[in-house]
Formats: sequence, structure tokens, C-alpha cells
Amino acid sequence: MSAALTDVIDALAGIRPGSALDAVRNRRPQAREQAEASFRALFEPESFAGVSAAERFAVAVFVTGLHGDAVSAAFYAERLGATEPSPGVPAAVDAAIAAASGQGPYGRYPVGLLSREDTPGPSYHVGPEARRILGARLAAAFDHAHLLVFHPRDAAPARLQALLDAGWSTTDIVTLSQIIAFLSFQIRVAAGLRILATA
Amino acid sequence: MADKIVQPPLHTAPAVFTRALLDWLPWLEPLAEEGLTERQMAGLVDAVRAKSPYFRLLARDPDALRARTLTDKDIFYNPEAGLPRGERELAAAATSRFNGCIYCASVHARHSATYSKRADDVQRLLDEGVAADLGERWNAIIAACVALSATPIAFASEHVERLRRAGLDDLAIADVIHAAAFFNSANRLMLSLGEPALPAEA
Repeated sequence: MSAALTDVIDALAGIRPGSALDAVRNRRPQAREQAEASFRALFEPESFAGVSAAERFAVAVFVTGLHGDAVSAAFYAERLGATEPSPGVPAAVDAAIAAASGQGPYGRYPVGLLSREDTPGPSYHVGPEARRILGARLAAAFDHAHLLVFHPRDAAPARLQALLDAGWSTTDIVTLSQIIAFLSFQIRVAAGLRILATA
Repeated sequence: MADKIVQPPLHTAPAVFTRALLDWLPWLEPLAEEGLTERQMAGLVDAVRAKSPYFRLLARDPDALRARTLTDKDIFYNPEAGLPRGERELAAAATSRFNGCIYCASVHARHSATYSKRADDVQRLLDEGVAADLGERWNAIIAACVALSATPIAFASEHVERLRRAGLDDLAIADVIHAAAFFNSANRLMLSLGEPALPAEA
């Protein structure tokens, strides 16, 4: 796909120029433009710096897959393919999605009154087979993405240490976190507007 | 690797949802306030944000921070029609309550209380959680935020219909969607890059 695609959220939500939701989106023009600018900053940056295109798109396929959002997952899978990832990577990503899927949010609160709201759930780590194909660095990113997607309130410094140990710098971790966080936004805007258009 | 986890200073973590002013302590090293480049300053958008360790940490990817900040401002501050500001903030607070981000919930519960003038209802959202009965209009907004925040997403046409019955037009519903979606992003950054703390004097 080329950069000619005008607006990713429109594409994911099926919003056509001149439609009612196109008009609704134009009432918040800066949000619309800057959501697109966020996509470009994270997936088509001037410089990929410490995080490669293949890493960015592989994380995106994993995160959209965990959300069960077929439209977004297909969008990012196509772009992962265009980065010419190592053989076996797309299949390993799909296998990781299947192994990691669940329902969120869950997790623990600080001990006290909120403990009664603690909700148990799995802490996922990429299995040895997928890890062999993805490499330690991308596997660590997937472990972190699963934490943020499903149980972000279980976050702890040790989880960031695991990324540092796998070769992610502080700045790389900021970019990775922004990618996961942005996708949490983009998937929901697209899904929400898709429902709004048909309801 | 030279990069290291930052050990937060001794502090008291908030153990409940609160409208009190909280600090936020980073687990990774923010950029130094002095020595921010022009591009990093542009990422912060408002120069005053250079005081915040959270924004100085995110300024390590300045283009992403800038686009995100400008998105945030239009979703919450654009005064033209749609959902009233107090209810955009309610959506942010409800999303944060559901995801479990004590810091984000504190900020946006304060804003919602200020703009809606319904501080007691906002406090009940914090105390009782997203099932608190705050009247049908607020209940409908909160239920929509919860459904949109679930993973996989549970938001469906019945949520839109309920919002319409509560008097929201499509722009207002789009505002609910954007506010909740944005805080699914913000909660994940605040929860995973540092932690909230009660101010030292409190």
C-alpha cells in the first residue's frame, strides 16, 4: 500500500468522503489530522531510530490481533508483509496471538480497599518456539504488549527491566509504549465509529 | 546497556481512587529539562510541560508526543457543540476507573467535578466503580466507555441507542468514543512508565 491512503481511521472504520460520519469527524479537525500524524510518527517516521519498521508492524499485528479486530489486524499484517520480515515471522506472530488471547482488563491493585477488585488473569510470555523465530528482542516486546493490552495495572519496573535486558533502550521503550498505546486508541476509535455508522 | 530503571524516591502510593492532587514518579529516565532540543520542545507543545517528568520522558519520541498531545487537546478542549466538557472528562475518568489508572482517574475526576459541578457523583464513580448509579445519562456514558475499553471491544449498537435515548447526538457520541479511546492510550502509558504518589506533605 502507498502513502496515498488518506486517513487510516477512515479506512479502518469504512468512512467515505461526504458521509455523515465524515462530517462528524470534520467537527474535530485537529483530532482527525493528529490521529493520522500519530500513525505516521509511529509507523512512517522520518527515522526509524532504534525500532525497526518490521518490529513496529509486528507489534501492531500482535496488538490488533489480541483485540480480535480483524479489519485492523489485516491492515497491519499487510504492512508487516511489506517490510519483508524474516521467514516464519508472520506465522509466529499469528501463533503468538492465538496463544496469548484473552479478556481484559484484569490485574491487581495496591493492597488495601481496592484489593477486593483484584481480578486474576494470566501473565503471558512468548513460548520457546515462537521466541526462536521472533528473537529475544521482539519476544520481550510481545510480552510487554500483552501486559499493556490486557492487564496494564500489573505494570512494574521489573517489566521494563526485562525490555532493557532484551536490548531495548529507554528511548526505544518510549516508542514501543507509544505504539501499543496509540493502537489501543486507534482500534477503539475505528471500532466505535464503525458501530456508530450502522446503529 | 547503559540505560537503567529509575528507582523512585521513598513515597506513599495512593491505595484508593481519589480526586486529590497526586505526583507521578517515572521508572525510566526523562530527558533533562535543560538541554531540550527545539524538536523536543515542539513535542511538548506547551513549554510548561517541560516541568513534567512524564512529558519529558515521552519527549524522547517528540513527533509521536506532539501528535498525541494535539489529538488530546482537540478531543477534550474543542468547545464546538458535541458533548459538554464535564462529560468528556467523565468519560476519561470512567475509562481510567475501569482500567485501574489511579493517576489518570484523579486528574479527570477533578476536571469532571469542576466542569459538571457534580462532584458528589464523580466521587461515587471513584468510590463505587463504574457500576455506580449516577442517573441514566451518566450511566449510559459510563457503560459505553466500559464496553469500548474491554478487550476484545464489547461496544455495540445497543450502547449507541442508549446514548441517543439519553439525548446525545452523533457528534456527542463520537466525543464519548474519542474520549474513552484516548484514555485507553493514556492509562497504558501512565500505568506502565511510572507510578502515582501522594504528595510529600499530604
